[in-house]
Amino acid sequence: MRMFFTALTGLLVCMASIANAEDGACLVAANLAHADFALPRIAAAIQKKQLNVTIIGSASSTIMGPAGLKSAYPIRLEAALARRFPDIAVKVSSHATPRQTAAEMSHGLERILVDEKPALVIWQTGTVDAMLGIDPEEFRSTLDEGVDIIQKASANVIFMNMQYSPRTDTMIAAAPYNDAMRWVALQREIPLFDRLSIMRLWNDLGTFDFHSTTKSTDMAERVHNCIAQLLADLTVESARIAAPELKDVR
Amino acid sequence: MPPAVQTERDLRLDLFRGLALWLIFLDHIPSNIVSWITIRNYGFSDATEIFVFISGYTAAFVYGRAMRERGFIVASARILKRAWQVYVAHIFLFVVYMAQIAYVSARFDNPLFTEEMGIFEFLKQPDVTLLQALLLKFKPVNMDVLPLYIALLVVFPPFVWALVRQPTLALAGSVLLYALTQYFDWNLTAYPSGHWAFNPFAWQFLFAFGAWCALGGARKIQRAARSPLVLGLSAAYLLIAFSIVMTWHFPRYAFLVPRWLSDWMYPIDKANLDILRFLHFAALTTLTVHFIPREAPWLKSSIFFPAILCGQHSLEIFCLGVFLSFASHFIMVEVAGGITMQIVVSALGILAMIATANLISWYKYIERNRPEPPSSPGRPLAGGEA
Repeated sequence: MRMFFTALTGLLVCMASIANAEDGACLVAANLAHADFALPRIAAAIQKKQLNVTIIGSASSTIMGPAGLKSAYPIRLEAALARRFPDIAVKVSSHATPRQTAAEMSHGLERILVDEKPALVIWQTGTVDAMLGIDPEEFRSTLDEGVDIIQKASANVIFMNMQYSPRTDTMIAAAPYNDAMRWVALQREIPLFDRLSIMRLWNDLGTFDFHSTTKSTDMAERVHNCIAQLLADLTVESARIAAPELKDVR
Repeated sequence: MPPAVQTERDLRLDLFRGLALWLIFLDHIPSNIVSWITIRNYGFSDATEIFVFISGYTAAFVYGRAMRERGFIVASARILKRAWQVYVAHIFLFVVYMAQIAYVSARFDNPLFTEEMGIFEFLKQPDVTLLQALLLKFKPVNMDVLPLYIALLVVFPPFVWALVRQPTLALAGSVLLYALTQYFDWNLTAYPSGHWAFNPFAWQFLFAFGAWCALGGARKIQRAARSPLVLGLSAAYLLIAFSIVMTWHFPRYAFLVPRWLSDWMYPIDKANLDILRFLHFAALTTLTVHFIPREAPWLKSSIFFPAILCGQHSLEIFCLGVFLSFASHFIMVEVAGGITMQIVVSALGILAMIATANLISWYKYIERNRPEPPSSPGRPLAGGEA
C-alpha cells in the first residue's frame, strides 16, 4: 500500500511538473494573443472589484463528457483571472451551444446581456457558419450587428475564431470566415483572439499533436487550459491599455 | 516529343495556364509551406483568375472558329459536349472526395474536435448529399472551380455567337451582367446553405473578357495597353496591392493602411470577383504581355516545356491537381506533416502532373497515328471526335 502511495505521489509530482512545463510551452504563442486595442469596460470593472465575463460560443468552447465542466477554457479563464486579481470577484459564465451559427448566437444576445451585465463578452464563432456554408458576407454583417448590441449594453468584446483542426482542414473552408472576423475586428477596434493561428503554431512546434486519435479528453483539457491562460493575458493587457495604472498580480 | 501545337498557337497561354494549375494545386494543400511562393500571397488576385481568363480565351479561340466555319448548331454541340466532360470529371472528383472523408470519419476521434467532426454529418444522409452534388449545389471545399466552368460553358454558345458578330456589344452585355450582379447580389444557391463560392454571374465577366481578347479584342487594346501610362499605372497598382497584402501577413502593421482606404476596400470579395481583384489580374496581365512577347524564343526552350504541356491538357491536369491536393493532405495528416514532407509532396505532385500530361500527349499521338483499320462495310462509322 505504501509503495502504491509513493508511486502515486511520484506520478502526481511528475504530472505537475509536466503541466508547468507545458504552461511555459504554450506561452510560445503569447505574441499571437497580442493586445492591440483598449478595453476600458474591463478596466472599470476591475476598479469596481467585480468583473463579469460572458462567453458566447459553440461546441469548441466546451469539452464533451464529465471532465468538460471543470476543464473547458471558460471555467479555467475564471480561475486564471481570479489568480491575477485576488481581491476581485470574477465571474465567467459560458453560453456554449453546439451547432450554433453566429446569427443564432446573436438572437439570444440581448437577454443574456440584460441578465448578466458583463463587462466583457468573448464571442467564439465561425466554425459552424463555415461548415454550413453561410454566406461570408452575411456572417460579417451578423458580427457587425452583434457588436452593436454588445456595445449598446456597455460591454467590451473579444472575438475568438476557429480551432486549428488539421484532419478536417480540407473539408471546412475556414478562410473566408476567418477573414470576416479579422476585418470586423479591425474596423470596430476589437481584439481578436486568433485561436486558429495559435493552435497552428502549437501544432508546428510540436507543443500539441492535433493529429492524434484518442477518446481521452486529456489533450483537450490541456489545450483549453493554455487557451484560458492566453485569453486571461489578452484580457488584462487590453484593460491595461485603457488604464495603465492597473496592476495585475500573478 | 515536341509540343503538339499549331504554329499560330500562343504558347504563353499554355505556359501560364500550366503554371496556374501548379499554383492551384499548391494552394489547395492546407498548411503547405510551398504555397508561400504562390501569387495569392503577394496581391489581390490568384491563380483562379489566370485559369478562368485563359480558359475563356482558348474556348473562344477553338469554338469561335467552329462557329464561323461550321455554324451555330455544330459549335454549340461541341461546347455542350465539353461541358458534359467537365461535369463527369467533377463528379469523379466528388467520389474521390467522399471516399477520403468517409475514411477519415471512420477513424478520427478526438474530444478536442467534436465540433469540427460535425462536417461528417452529411455522410448520414447520402440521399440528399449525392443528389445535391449532382445538381452542383453541394460543392466540397476546393471543388468550386469546375462547377463554375460548367456553368460558363453551358451558356457559352449564344455568347460566342454574339461575339463573332458584334464583339464589343457582346462584351458590353457581359459587363452589364457583372455590374448588375454587384448591385443586386445575384448568385446561385448552394447546399446546405449560402451561395456559390465562385458566383458565375460575376466570374463570367473574366471568362468573357478572355474570350473577347481571343477574338480580336486583344489587338484593339494592344496600343493602349502598351502605352507608358498604362504600364506605369499597372506597376504602381501591383506595388500598392503588394504592400496592402503584406499587412495581412503582418497584422501588426495593419494600422499603416489608412482608415478611409480600408473602409472602402474591405472586404475584397472573391465570390463576386471584386473589381480590385480584376484590376489586379489586368495589371498583372498587362505587364506580363509587355515583357514576354509572343515570339520570345525562350518560350520554346525545354525548361518551360513541362508547364506548357500541363497547360495544354488543362481539364485533366486540373482534376489531377485537385485529387493530388487531397492525397497530399492525407499523407501529411496520416504519415508526417513536417516541412520536408510538405516540400516532398508538393514536388512529387507537380512531377505527377507533368508525367500525366506527357502520358496524355502520348495517347493523343498514338491515336492520331493509328494505322487505317481494314474497312468493314457492314459496320457504321462509330465514335466521333473524342
